[in-house]
Amino acid sequence: MSDHHKETFVTKYIFSQDHKMISKQYLITGIIMGVIGVFMSMLFRLQIAWPERSFSLIEAFLGQHQDGGVMTPDIYLALVTIHGTIMVFFVLTAGLSGTFSNMLIPLQIGARDMASGFLNMVSYWLFFLSSVIMVISLFVEAGPASSGWTIYPPLSALPQAIPGSGAGMTLWLVSMAIFIASSLLGALNYIVTVLNLRTVGMKMTRLPLSIWAFFVTAIIGVVSFPVLLSAALLLIFDRSFGTSFFLSDIFIDGSVLHYQGGSPVLFEHLFWFLGHPEVYIVILPAMGIVSEVMAVNSRKPIFGYRAMIGSIIAIAFLSTIVWGHHMFITGMNPFLGSVFTFTTLLIAIPSAVKAFNWVTTLWKGNLQMNPAMLYSIGFVSTFVTGGVTGLVMGDSALDINIHDTYFIVAHFHLVMGVSAIFGMFAGVYHWFPKMYGRLMNKTLGYWHFWITIITAYGVFFPMHFVGLAGLPRRYYMNTAFPYFDDLQDINVVMTIFALIGGSAQLIFLGNFFWSIYKGKKSGPNPWKATTLEWTTPVEATHGNWPGELPVVHRWAYDYSKPGSDVDFIPQTTPLAEGEEPS
Amino acid sequence: MLALIYILIAVLIASTFWQLTNVFNLKKEIATEEDNDQQGKLMFAFMIFFYALMIFCFWKYSAVLLPEAASVEGEQYDTLYNVTMILILFVQAIMQVLIFYFSYKYRGVKGRKAVFYADSHKLEMIWTITPTVVLAGLIIYGLSVWIDITDTSDLENPLIVEVYAKQFSWEARYAGDDNALGRGNVRYIKGINTMGVDMTDLNSLDDIPVRELHLPKGRPVIFKLRSQDVLHSAYMPHFRAQMNCVPGMVTQMAFTPSMTTEEMRLNEKIVAKVANINNIRAEKGEDPYQFDYLLLCNKICGASHYNMQMKIIVQEEADFNKWLATKETMAEVVKK
Repeated sequence: MSDHHKETFVTKYIFSQDHKMISKQYLITGIIMGVIGVFMSMLFRLQIAWPERSFSLIEAFLGQHQDGGVMTPDIYLALVTIHGTIMVFFVLTAGLSGTFSNMLIPLQIGARDMASGFLNMVSYWLFFLSSVIMVISLFVEAGPASSGWTIYPPLSALPQAIPGSGAGMTLWLVSMAIFIASSLLGALNYIVTVLNLRTVGMKMTRLPLSIWAFFVTAIIGVVSFPVLLSAALLLIFDRSFGTSFFLSDIFIDGSVLHYQGGSPVLFEHLFWFLGHPEVYIVILPAMGIVSEVMAVNSRKPIFGYRAMIGSIIAIAFLSTIVWGHHMFITGMNPFLGSVFTFTTLLIAIPSAVKAFNWVTTLWKGNLQMNPAMLYSIGFVSTFVTGGVTGLVMGDSALDINIHDTYFIVAHFHLVMGVSAIFGMFAGVYHWFPKMYGRLMNKTLGYWHFWITIITAYGVFFPMHFVGLAGLPRRYYMNTAFPYFDDLQDINVVMTIFALIGGSAQLIFLGNFFWSIYKGKKSGPNPWKATTLEWTTPVEATHGNWPGELPVVHRWAYDYSKPGSDVDFIPQTTPLAEGEEPS
Repeated sequence: MLALIYILIAVLIASTFWQLTNVFNLKKEIATEEDNDQQGKLMFAFMIFFYALMIFCFWKYSAVLLPEAASVEGEQYDTLYNVTMILILFVQAIMQVLIFYFSYKYRGVKGRKAVFYADSHKLEMIWTITPTVVLAGLIIYGLSVWIDITDTSDLENPLIVEVYAKQFSWEARYAGDDNALGRGNVRYIKGINTMGVDMTDLNSLDDIPVRELHLPKGRPVIFKLRSQDVLHSAYMPHFRAQMNCVPGMVTQMAFTPSMTTEEMRLNEKIVAKVANINNIRAEKGEDPYQFDYLLLCNKICGASHYNMQMKIIVQEEADFNKWLATKETMAEVVKK
C-alpha cells in the first residue's frame, strides 16, 4: 500500500498512480475534448442550415479557413472529420470507458487499485499526449485531417486530393497511434484487475453489470484496436515511404502516380475490423452504467441479471464478425455481403433482450427520479429509437439506397452518440459523490436533462427524413441540387435544436465545476446502493479501504428484498438465517 | 479577438449556472417525493411530446421522401423497405410507451416497496425467441432481394455502360456495337482520351464516350464503375442503386429502368414535390426547376464533393438508340 508515502503535488494530482485520480483526469480531459467536438458540430450545422451566409461565430473561430464569415468547403469537411474523431475516440472511448472503468473497477470489485498503477498512469498520459497532438493538428496551415473520421485512402493519403491530407493527416495518424497504445494499456489493466483482484466472495456471477460491461469492453478493445494500429501504420507507409498497400492506378493533378497493386478496400476491412467493435466499445460501458443506475434508482434488482451478462457477451462476440456491413457497396463480393447481413441482424436479438430487461426493471419499481435516473431512462429511449433503424442499415439490400445518407447519420447519432453520452451523464451524476465527495445540483441536472433530450430528438428524428429523401452526408451544402431545395426548412429546424442543445451543455459545465468546490457534501452512500464502492469513506485515500478489504456475501442487486426491513442490503452483509441467495 | 469574446460569453453563461447553484443549494440534492412526482409527470408529458414529434415528422416531411422506384429492382427494394419500416415503427411505438409510461406510473412514493422481481425464465425465452423468429424471416427475405439485385448472370441482353468518376465530375462510356468495353487504365489518359481507354484493345474502338447518361426503359443496364483518383460512390437514389468507384478496380451494379424521365415528371409525388420546390425557388428569385434523375457522388471525395453530379435521362428504347447513334465512337474521337 502506497499511502504510507508522503504525496507531493506532482504525485497526487499530475503523475498520480491512484485509479481514482486517473479517472478524474480522464473525465476532465474528455470533457474538454467534448466541448471542442460539440462546438465544431454547432459551427458546421450553421453552414448546413444557412449555406454561405456570413456568421461572426465562424469568422471568429475559423481564421484563415473562412472568408468574410463563410467557411470554406475544405474546413467544413475538416470539421465533420475532427468532430467524429473527437467524439468517437476521445470522448466516448477514453472519456467514458477511461473514466468509469478506472473509477469503478477497483471500487466495485473490492481492490486497492488497478493491477498496475504505473501502466494506468502511462495509459492516461499517452491519452493526454494524443489529445494534445489532435488539438495541435487543428492549427496546421493547410488545416486538420478532412477525409472523414474513417480516413479512407486514397483521399487521406494524397495531399493533392484534399489539403487536410498533408500535415493535418500526419498528426491525426500519430495522435491515433498513441491513442491506441494508451487504450491497450488501459484495457489490459482492466482485464487483469477484474480477473485477479476481486475480493473474497466476489465471484464473477456477483459482479455488478457495470463491471461486466467494462470487462468485456476491454476484451473487445484488445482484440480490435491493434488492427487499426496496423492500418494506420500501413497508411503512414503509403503516405511517406511510397509503398502501395492501399493505393493503385491513380491519376491526379495531370500525372499518373507510381502506386500499383494496392486496394482501398483492404483499408476498409482493416478500419472496420476495429471500427465496428468500436461502437460497442462505446455503448457497452454506457449500458453497464445504465443497468447499475437503473437498479439503484428503481429500488429493484436489475431484471434478468444472467441474461444481461449473456447478452453483453453475445453482443461482444457478434461485434467482431459484422464489420463488413459497412462495406456492402464497396465492391466487396455480394456473397460476403450476405454473410455479414446474417451476422449483423443477429445482434438485434441480444440488444432486444437488454431493452426488454431494462423496461421490466422499471416495471413496479419505486423510481427515484435523480438526474442520473432520468439519463438512464433517456438512454433506453434513444437506444431503442436509434437501434430499430439498424434493421434497415444492416440489411444489405436496403443499405444500397440509404448508405452514406443522412439516414445513417441519424441512426448512429441516436444509437451510439446520444445514448452513450446519456450513459456518460448518468454515470457522472451518479458517481460524482464518489469522485468529489459532494453532490451535483439536482435542479440544474433536471433542466440539463430535459433540454438535452428534447433537442437531441429535435435534431436527430427529422434527420431520418432528410436521409430518406436521398441527401448524402458530408455535403458542404445541398443547394447545388435544386432537387433538395425542399429539405432546407428541415435543416434549419435541426440546426436550431442543435444550437440550443449544444449551448445547454453550459448548464452541465457550470454545475459540474461548481459542485466540485461548493456542492452539497455527500454522505458515504447517498443513493442507498448495495455495491462496494459506497462502503469506502467519503474522503477516499489511496488504497480505498482504510482497514481490511470488504468481504462479499451476496450479489449486487438485493433491493427491496422480501423479508428485509430496509430496501437495500449491501453486498457486504452476510445472508440472514434462512435467507435464500438471490 | 472575436473568438475570445465568444469564449468569454460562454464562460459567463456557465458561471451564471455556477451562481444559480448557490441559490438552489438550500434544497436537498437527492430526489424527494415531490421531485419523483414532478419528474414522473414530466416523463409522461415527454412521451406525448415525442409521439407528437414523430407524427408531425411523418405528416409534414413525407412529402420530401423519394417517389416510387424507377427501376424493376427498385420495386423489390421498396416492398422490402415497407415491410421493414412497418416492423420498426411497430416496435418503436410500443417500446417508447412502455419506457415513459412505466417511468410515470412507478414514480417513487415514500413507503412503497418495489416488487422484488429478479428473473423470469419464461419472459426471457419469449423475448429471445420472438425477435429470433422475426429476424429469421427478415434475413431470408432480405437476402433473397439482395441476391436478385446483385446477381447479373440472368439478365437478358444487358446494355453495358462504364461510369467513370474523378474529382469532381462524371463521365460515361457505352460499350458500342460489340457490347464489350475496351480495357481502361489511368496510364492511358492522354489529351482527349480522358477515361484512359486502351486504344490498342479492339473492343475500345466502337466504345462511345458521353457526358450525359441516357438509359433505355425496359432494358437491363450493367454499370461498370471506375475511379481515377479517390473513392467516389455512384448514387442514383431514384433507381435504388449505389456502388462505390474504387481506384485500381472495376466495380459493378445493374438495374432495369422502368420509367422514363417524362413519365416520372408526371408522377403524382414528383409533381407535388417539384411544385413545392418551385414555390421555394420563386421566393428566393431563382429559376424554376424541372425534375431530372440524379447521379450524385456519395463518398467523401474532396472540396467539391457536394457538387459532383451528372444528369440521367431515361428514354424509350427507340429514342435512346437514336440518341446514341448521333454520338462519336472512341475511334472517331481520338483520331481528331
